[in-house]
Amino acid sequence: MGNLLELQNIETYYGPIMAIRGVSMDVPEGKVVSVLGANGAGKTTVLKTISGAMDPQKGTVTFKGERIDARDPDWVARRGIAHVPEGREVFPFLSVEDNLRMGAFSRRDSEVSQDIELVYEYFPVLKEYRGNQAEYLSGGQQQMLAIGRALMLRPELMLLDEPSLGLSPRLVHDIAEIVVRLNREQSVTMLLVEQNAKMALDIGDYGYVMELGRIVMEDTCERLREATDVQEFYLGMKDEGVRGRRRWKQRKTWR
Amino acid sequence: MEVLQLLISGISQGCVYGLIALGFVLIYKATEMVNFAQGDVMMLGAFVAVSFVNLLDLPFVWGVLATLMVMGLVGALLERLLLRPMIGEPHFAVLMLTIGLGFLLRALAGAIWGNEPRALETPYAGEVLRLGAVVLGYENVVIMLGTVVLCTLLFLFFRFTRLGIAMQAASQNQLAAYYVGIPVKRIYSLVWALSALIAGFAGVLTAPVSLIDPLMGFVGIKAFAAAIVGGFGSLPGAILGGLLVGVVEQFAGLYLPTGFSDVSAYVLLLVMLMIRPQGLFATMQRKKV
Repeated sequence: MGNLLELQNIETYYGPIMAIRGVSMDVPEGKVVSVLGANGAGKTTVLKTISGAMDPQKGTVTFKGERIDARDPDWVARRGIAHVPEGREVFPFLSVEDNLRMGAFSRRDSEVSQDIELVYEYFPVLKEYRGNQAEYLSGGQQQMLAIGRALMLRPELMLLDEPSLGLSPRLVHDIAEIVVRLNREQSVTMLLVEQNAKMALDIGDYGYVMELGRIVMEDTCERLREATDVQEFYLGMKDEGVRGRRRWKQRKTWR
Repeated sequence: MEVLQLLISGISQGCVYGLIALGFVLIYKATEMVNFAQGDVMMLGAFVAVSFVNLLDLPFVWGVLATLMVMGLVGALLERLLLRPMIGEPHFAVLMLTIGLGFLLRALAGAIWGNEPRALETPYAGEVLRLGAVVLGYENVVIMLGTVVLCTLLFLFFRFTRLGIAMQAASQNQLAAYYVGIPVKRIYSLVWALSALIAGFAGVLTAPVSLIDPLMGFVGIKAFAAAIVGGFGSLPGAILGGLLVGVVEQFAGLYLPTGFSDVSAYVLLLVMLMIRPQGLFATMQRKKV
């Protein structure tokens, strides 16, 4: 299978600040691709550049062979890319069901109600609160709603930005499971950005490691799990005690 | 009975303030801009109605419908041509732009229709409705009924239609609206259209009771006060704020020395800001950036 999404040498700025310094990335169809990295590594900016919330200064974003950079985010969404932003971002004063309905705003077909039921199958708790305003949901439920809402677009590619943020380990596990199921059962290709490296590597097929706006490592998630750098910096599996070498002083980057 | 009479004329005047305030709030909620030309858009609506009804001799109802359509178009065009290029500019620049737009509209109206006050010819002019001791001009009855009908339609629109819910969604979380594929920019145009349409309707309603001239848009300032009293950001609040300003104005006119009636709206605003700065309906929430 070919690549659903290709980034080529993307450079993105926040004003004068260069957030992405030449990133190239491939997302093969049907796979889960994970992007790891610390705060400020530029992971979120990569997703924003893909979905059109930010325009790259240089480089191209290609989705199914079509250039999608420098387009408005709603246009990109209608092409079949659903972005689940960091921090959930539901519509706080709309009901749960209206939130889901809005997820299907660009669709004209008559199967929206069926898809709402499908979302309720994946997230039974949402059905329970279907009439409630979304702002009264808990953090985990809001995350489920955000993913469910993205699913309503019937996307081919889902961009997940830190879905585990602020959730308990058990909920992180649940969300990870859902992501895998959606990937398999609904054949949604996933591009997952995570600080929770363990989760990202567990469910990912292929992984990229970002640092300071660059990709410093890429490999299959299996091999990334074995890599000593990843183990040390992201999985926290260093054997030495706290009194050992100050590891962050030893090696701060791969460059 | 005098009190009742005052109350009713206050309410009918307040409806007009409320409708203009509604336009302020709609635009503010959706785009976080304040359109200070809202009153002048209302003035434009009144003149357009004069053109259709007095000059072109259309039947009143058709004239009004045509006015609403023209005003909707004007609102959408204003957004498309003036406001959209300003996206990303500082708030202050946008604010100055809308103030300038107000000047422009006043001058334009003066140039096209002249500065002489005009009156809109209505089929119900001069008729009165007697309810016991209370005498009601048909103009006022129409204002109140028109407001109730419009508000009901708006409620249904925002509550039950896909577009209405999408407008709410875009104003609650712009980025998320983009991500689910709502064409946010087009929604903004439609919000401006809706807001101009409501202002035009207010212009038509108020035209029979207050003469139409290019400066009539200054009631927009009172409507702005009304919107703040209602809790800028709440649609029912805008209407209620308008009613409150209208009623207080009437009573101030009778019971307080001359001149108080004109400043009463601002006194009310100050009092409100002191005792309940968030307004009557505080639906404003911290916006996430």
